[in-house]
Amino acid sequence: MNTVLIVPTDSTPMEVLLLITTVGAPLAAAAAALFFGWCRAVAWASVAASAAILTCAVIVAVRTTDGASLVAGGVLRADALTAVMLLVIGAVSIIATWAGVSYIDEELASGHTDAKGARLYAVLVQLFLAAMVLAVLASNLGVLWAAIEATTIVTAFLVGHRRTPAALEATWKYVMICSVGIALAYLGTILVYYAGREAGIDSHGSLEWTQLVAHAGELDPGVMRLAFALLVLGFGTKAGLVPLHSWLPDAHSQAPAPVSALMSGVLLSVAVYALLRYHVIAVAALNPTFVRALLLTVALASLVLAASLLLAQRDYKRLLAYSSIEHMGLVVVGVAVGTPLAVAALLLHILGHGIGKAVLFCGSGQILAATGTTQISGVRGLLMRRPVLGATFALGLAALLGLPPFSLFASELGLARAGVQAGLGWVIAFTMVILLVVFVAITVRTAPMLFGSNSDPVDSPPPRTAVATAPLVTALVALALLGVFAWPLGQLLHTAAEIAGTR
Amino acid sequence: MSTTTYTLALNLICGAFLLVAVLMLLRRDLAAIVRLLTIQGVLLAALAALLGAREGSLELYAVALGVLLLKAVVLPIVLRRTLRDSSEARETKPLVNVTASMLAATLLTLLAYALSRPLVALAPSPATEAVPIGLAVVFLGFFALVSRRRALSQVVGFLLMDNGISATAFLVAGGVPVIVELGVSLDLLLIVLVLQILAARLQVTFGHTDLDELRELRD
Repeated sequence: MNTVLIVPTDSTPMEVLLLITTVGAPLAAAAAALFFGWCRAVAWASVAASAAILTCAVIVAVRTTDGASLVAGGVLRADALTAVMLLVIGAVSIIATWAGVSYIDEELASGHTDAKGARLYAVLVQLFLAAMVLAVLASNLGVLWAAIEATTIVTAFLVGHRRTPAALEATWKYVMICSVGIALAYLGTILVYYAGREAGIDSHGSLEWTQLVAHAGELDPGVMRLAFALLVLGFGTKAGLVPLHSWLPDAHSQAPAPVSALMSGVLLSVAVYALLRYHVIAVAALNPTFVRALLLTVALASLVLAASLLLAQRDYKRLLAYSSIEHMGLVVVGVAVGTPLAVAALLLHILGHGIGKAVLFCGSGQILAATGTTQISGVRGLLMRRPVLGATFALGLAALLGLPPFSLFASELGLARAGVQAGLGWVIAFTMVILLVVFVAITVRTAPMLFGSNSDPVDSPPPRTAVATAPLVTALVALALLGVFAWPLGQLLHTAAEIAGTR
Repeated sequence: MSTTTYTLALNLICGAFLLVAVLMLLRRDLAAIVRLLTIQGVLLAALAALLGAREGSLELYAVALGVLLLKAVVLPIVLRRTLRDSSEARETKPLVNVTASMLAATLLTLLAYALSRPLVALAPSPATEAVPIGLAVVFLGFFALVSRRRALSQVVGFLLMDNGISATAFLVAGGVPVIVELGVSLDLLLIVLVLQILAARLQVTFGHTDLDELRELRD
């Protein structure tokens, strides 16, 4: 906890510039897309904006890894935890926007979208990124809330990009359920504000996270209990957790593949990030047993639900969506455990899951383009017919299932160790059983897609395979390197875990 | 303003606020429901203005004006336009009948009173003692949302929830910081505009906006 309480010195112009660039880069790309429409330069500008986010993330990481925090203008604030989330956003968005280049080109070529649709897509994706960056950079929990709410607004028409009746249905459910969930989180935020003011924090500072953490012990437990329950329900909705999870499989299966990648890889974890920030306050203000019990209930219920629906899944995009619910459940088990080791492991897991899911969703977009169906039964012998695509998809699945050398193996092991150390052996045992069920379910479901007979008529040759698969291969290599050499991240994760971890 | 007058005015406004919410559950005529929502917007603005007068805060007067503009003028206009474009003037087949809705409304209000006891206990005052009403309206909005099938009815349920949340914010803390208030209002407006466009697309695509009939996405 000690690192949290370091009062930031006055912000230097460099810091202000750095933090503003991180939000500004995607906004600039959005403006360019709005102005010029979808063209080569705009497509690559969107990748460049993601690269800018990643570069800023690395600089922020270097400067915060010793426990310092950067501030800009009283609105933006970055510490090591922020840096990890920025790295996640940067890494996943590079894959998604890079894969988006060939995705939109193919949509245009095949007549699935027009110039207007492509322009809207390019603008909204960048606004989506800007909102997520703002969410993790916000020093004020009210602004964090507003930024997460904004993600719902900008992604609404991305989910509905394909304009089919099914996409429309998914969009309505998505906007309605997420708005309701996030409204509950707003009520929770207001109650935290109330508790903060009554604890003597002045009204301008009482939604500042640092102030609330400093005064967490004085917050009224009765109010905070209700507030935290609402926050778990509300941000849990956005993270795809039970009970308001039903938007997720629909939205993820209907959205364009790169958008699914961003939603699954980053948006869900930004919501978990909000929970992680509140968790620090809640543990100090409330009975830690209540906090842990609440989070474990939600997390284990999500795991069970995801596993049961994975068992009989017939649609591969929905399969990936339910796998996201499963992974978020696992991450929230980590939040419930809450020790620094658990937090470090869950942050690594968020990064690994983000990259792995981005590979799989972008890959699934290419499978859909090649076969024209999202039914598992409609895809056979992928490894024979499309060796490169099939191999990336297979390796992505292996990463997702937690096989070495990918980093999810290390993070799942870390989560299990942290849980056992915290005396939650039964929870970990139960989680492992669920993971085993998921492992069997996904393997049995997807094996025929990859292997299977090759008797079907060969479909059209893939256009420009290199451009489409390069981002996916790069991501897989990065994921494997991350699993083998975690050292560049080790110190950063450690510092972040000290900030968000509780004992 | 004397404390007695203030308490009386506060209780009147909050009582009317809850009454309007209950009436919205009972009506099926969508135009009438939108009118009730407008009245509720006015009441919410009155609440903010009353608290502003009590605390002598110019900021709260400004917020009251903003609330009036957004919730009693702009949003009703958007909703009326949606209503005009759709073929449905009534919520024909609600999932719950009027008697059951009444019963549910009573139970939800009781629940709100039970849940808000720690909120009142933290800082007892005429304003915080009215907090249960804010929570009750949140619950009624949620109930309207899950028990209605038309797109517009669901939007109204969501707005009812939001009104309840705003009322709670005013009652417990005299509203949130202005920067947050601005962000929240902008988000709300955009969400409703998005929902309006989606409702129009539902109407064009399916010829109705009965969301229970949409069953393409199943497991």
